[in-house]
Amino acid sequence: METYTERTLTIINEFGLFTDWMDKYNFIIEMGKTMPLIDAKYKTDTYLISGCQSQVWLFAEYTGGKVCFSADSDAIITKGIVNILIRALSGLTASEIIEADMAFIDRIGLREHLSPTRSNGLNSMIKQMKLYALVFKTKYETNK
Amino acid sequence: MFDKNFINKLREQFPILHQQVYNQPLVYFDNAATNQKPLRVINVLSNYYCTINSNIHRGVHYLSQQATSAFEESRKSVQQFINARHAHEIIFTRGTTESINLVASSFSKKYLSKGDSIVISAMEHHSNIVPWQMACEATEAQLKVIPIDQSGTLMMDAYEKLLDANCKLVAVTHVSNTLGTINDIKTIIEIAHRHNIPVLIDGAQAVSHIKVDVQQLDCDFYCFSAHKMYAPMGIGVMYGKEKILEELPPYQGGGEMIKNVTFEKTTYNELPFKFEAGTPNVGDALALKEAIAFMNELGLGQINAWEHELLDYATQKLLEIEGVKIYGTAQQKTSVISFLLGNIHPYDAGIILDKLGIAVRTGHHCTQPLMDFFRIPGTIRVSLAVYNTREEIDALIKALLTVKTMFG
Ligand SMILES: Cc1ncc(COP(=O)(O)O)c(C=O)c1O
Repeated sequence: METYTERTLTIINEFGLFTDWMDKYNFIIEMGKTMPLIDAKYKTDTYLISGCQSQVWLFAEYTGGKVCFSADSDAIITKGIVNILIRALSGLTASEIIEADMAFIDRIGLREHLSPTRSNGLNSMIKQMKLYALVFKTKYETNK
Repeated sequence: MFDKNFINKLREQFPILHQQVYNQPLVYFDNAATNQKPLRVINVLSNYYCTINSNIHRGVHYLSQQATSAFEESRKSVQQFINARHAHEIIFTRGTTESINLVASSFSKKYLSKGDSIVISAMEHHSNIVPWQMACEATEAQLKVIPIDQSGTLMMDAYEKLLDANCKLVAVTHVSNTLGTINDIKTIIEIAHRHNIPVLIDGAQAVSHIKVDVQQLDCDFYCFSAHKMYAPMGIGVMYGKEKILEELPPYQGGGEMIKNVTFEKTTYNELPFKFEAGTPNVGDALALKEAIAFMNELGLGQINAWEHELLDYATQKLLEIEGVKIYGTAQQKTSVISFLLGNIHPYDAGIILDKLGIAVRTGHHCTQPLMDFFRIPGTIRVSLAVYNTREEIDALIKALLTVKTMFG
């Protein structure tokens, strides 16, 4: 299993291939299409991350000490970006997720999606993923 | 009048338009959110702070007198701009939102109680929904909504039925920020007045496009923001008829709005000061006067004619793209076009348009109930101003074709 650092390096290298923003966004769109989709039964308000522009549903499971994510969005670019996060974080341990520094986002040039006007982009997603990890850690990994 | 030369000259007055974003020439089509400011307006603002800045209505010194009279001159220029009967019917606020909150708060304190109702429309901006909801919650009054049809036009038969004895105020928008619909507010006001119900008009999207005459309209309140009319952010207007303003209790307490203060009792200042607690926004008021002069020199009729030429051109070009659906096809419209491109999410389209240098607004435009009505998550909104050009529309169309291929 790749470590978090290895995973982010892979993503950074993939993005390094693009000199043109349009190629980059075409790649993000492609990523949107290969997202591990949330089970339809979880595509409800409970799993909705609210924001203003596009909707994101995020689901997390704790299995064998690892946290796995699946998601969906009504906007494809959002979906692609969420999938990048999932590729970076899904399947790691709760502690790894909590401690993951998200600097790689800067290195792949998606920083603008952290801005408050794109509030449904990365920021709230990252927060929510880390929150899930924290909850699982508290629930399953303390005082054992 | 609006030939190439003229537009180029005009655009020279707007420094912000001459820049590249992501190495693309900027095309600014988000004018309904806020429009850009000509240099002469920016200069007035900076001049104010370089020459006469001081607090007004209180100082006996030279600067304070200069600033006070300039501020009151600005009030007069707004009065003339909307043809109010008196200058003291012009209350300076922070913008439309504060203007509506002011009325909602003061009006409901005096006139609203349990079982009463306020009538708004299905196309209101959140600014003309939430303050009334809050007032209704506080008084256990009810909010009623004038429905619209698929073209985005208010249904007038349904409207009149809402005006029963419990209805205390009608609050509707002059122009929809999302659809561009120009409501027939003259008729809306007439009908309400037949039932002795006062009317508030949200004029935020109207004042920079169509001539407003509050006496001819006979509205009781008319609210707007300066930043949507070539003036700075942070100042706006609440016009109210003298008689009704005199009856309303003040909104905020503080300096400027008082006549006499003892710890036992305060008597309030006269209009307009009763509603202008605290130090007002003098510099921006002066800049607003300049923006009004700018619009008057161009002529609202000319502005409107050019914007309509652009609107027709853009509408026609957009409809040539397969899959475009326009929301808001009322007979009377300002230069606002809300649309969707096939089933491409507006957010996706907005991101790519942005990268191509085109500034549009995507999303629900602070009119969520309206989006629910059309059962869509949002739209792409293009809103045009006097300095926009056909070439910019061509750039938009080209960019939309790119968007289409990327998501196709
Ligand atoms: C129709 C309408 N009403 C109210 C507002 C609120 O104006 P402001 O944010 O300047 O107070 C807007 C601004 O977007 C608007 O378009």
